[in-house]
Amino acid sequence: MKSWGPPLLLLILAVVLYFALPFNLAFLTRILIMVVLVLSLDLVLGYAGIATLGQAALYGAGAYAAGLFAIHVWADPVAGLFVGAGAGAMLAFVSGLVLMRTQGLTLIMLSIAVASICLEIANKARDVTGGADGLRGIRMEPVLGLFAFDFIGKTGFWYALAVVAVVFVVLALLSRAPLGLSLRGIHESPERMAAIGVSVYWRRITAYTIGGGIAGIAGALSAQITQLVSLESFSFTLSAEALIMLILGGTGRLYGAVLGTLIFMFVHHWAAANDPFNWLFVIGALVLAVVFFLPKGVISAPPAITRLLKGGRHAGS
Amino acid sequence: MQGLEVRGLSKRFGGLTVSEDIDFDLMPGDRKALIGPNGAGKSTFSNLVTGILTPTSGTIRFDGSDIGRLNEAQRVRLGIAKTFQITTLFRDLTVRENLRLPILERERRGFGFIGRANGHTAIEAEVDDLLGQFALGGLADRKVADLAYGQQRLVELALTLALKPRVLILDEPAAGVPSSETHLIVDAIERLPEDLAVLIIEHDMDLVFRVARQIVVLVQGRILTEGTPEDIAADAQVRELYLGGGHD
Ligand SMILES: Nc1ncnc2c1ncn2[C@@H]1O[C@H](COP(=O)(O)OP(=O)(O)OP(=O)(O)O)[C@@H](O)[C@H]1O
Ligand SMILES: [Mg+2]
Repeated sequence: MKSWGPPLLLLILAVVLYFALPFNLAFLTRILIMVVLVLSLDLVLGYAGIATLGQAALYGAGAYAAGLFAIHVWADPVAGLFVGAGAGAMLAFVSGLVLMRTQGLTLIMLSIAVASICLEIANKARDVTGGADGLRGIRMEPVLGLFAFDFIGKTGFWYALAVVAVVFVVLALLSRAPLGLSLRGIHESPERMAAIGVSVYWRRITAYTIGGGIAGIAGALSAQITQLVSLESFSFTLSAEALIMLILGGTGRLYGAVLGTLIFMFVHHWAAANDPFNWLFVIGALVLAVVFFLPKGVISAPPAITRLLKGGRHAGS
Repeated sequence: MQGLEVRGLSKRFGGLTVSEDIDFDLMPGDRKALIGPNGAGKSTFSNLVTGILTPTSGTIRFDGSDIGRLNEAQRVRLGIAKTFQITTLFRDLTVRENLRLPILERERRGFGFIGRANGHTAIEAEVDDLLGQFALGGLADRKVADLAYGQQRLVELALTLALKPRVLILDEPAAGVPSSETHLIVDAIERLPEDLAVLIIEHDMDLVFRVARQIVVLVQGRILTEGTPEDIAADAQVRELYLGGGHD
């Protein structure tokens, strides 16, 4: 099955990185968590064409829900993932009832607003969330009762990788299913979709809710592995970075999301280490270069190069 | 009562009256044409019937029940479908996917997230059948955006028929189609299921006279006259309208 080749390669790459960078497991795990978040954005934006800049709201909801659940109810990691998914999906559904009535700039502004309202609530509700100090005191039980979290982050890495794999497979199956096709249809032409009897509004809410659940899983992973939830979870920066990663990699193909996250995180890591003051400049230049030369993302590089070698008749098409 | 029953339908955009007090019936088996100069309000009328626009006043009944409060998607599910004046398709999807989507939705499988979209044998057979019917077999796996405009019009017709509608409204099906290819559209219309209620909005009079059994003439939002093609061809007012300019 040819279509499973690229994700399989990425899985091998993750294992190789684990052994190549044994002292950077926290960083690698952070990448995996971001991959889940960017995958959720790919479903919402890449497939369904819902342009949002508030994916952090759903991520943060999952993070705080999973954190609080672990502290007050049950510290089982997998149960916490479900709680995070539920929280993200619920917030997406409720906010989606309003957001999905809008499009374009209005939708972008409203989605940013939802995230900043969440941030404000988390900031004010100090007693529950720890406010600006963050939610502390998360102590997770071993994963599946077998694998205890360790200081080096080995368990965290494998746990996150397993979640990435499951989320990827679920999304890959979804994208091939009737629902996936209908989301592409909505992306292509909402008018035609309505004219074949589809309530575009509810279909968009469905996509946003599923995306919210996956973003919530990313947040929950982060809370469980870092044992901390900070206000940053709801930050605009997080939403914007996720969007940049997706655009870097290429939308609507899932492994574009993975590739974009990898590239962004590594460039970020490397540039910030070499020049703590100007790393943003490097990221900016990278994004500009990709948008300019590969408007469909890094994932489109192989076909673009082939085209160039063949004489570049359809450059940019 | 069967079919579509429009009474006293009016639509105003601000001060501009685009539909005025329209009474109109469309029964199973009908082949009606709606003609009139540019800007007469033909597309607006079709958008009012299909629920894309909300009328200022008037009633629309289908099979005896008021559908005025239903939105576009709900009316489609009752069986009222239309093609757009300007081709409206899923341009980045293949022809096959464009036909698969409406069938999945018609069968209420659009929310399905288990199994492949192309995994239903009966639906795939229906897609193949439509492809054959419209001679699109050779283009099945091409992206719609890569097809010639005339071919896209055929895809849109096939896609709309995939919904198995009971009322079909075609808004200028031959517009933009090279005259060498209009026969494909005419053939397709002539082969439509006999009991389908069909309304064709069209400027191409050859096409209208070939397929229509009744003609309604709309001018400035009002029905000027209606009758058989022979009546209309002989009507002095209509001759005046079409010879006196305003039509391209
Ligand atoms: N949404 C709108 N807002 C304001 N005016 C509109 C709107 N839609 C249509 N109109 C106006 O209503 C009138 C009728 O338009 P309509 O598209 O129904 O005409 P038509 O008979 O289909 O013309 P054509 O033969 O060119 O397709 C035109 O004057 C048009 O400018
Ligand atoms: Mg028109």
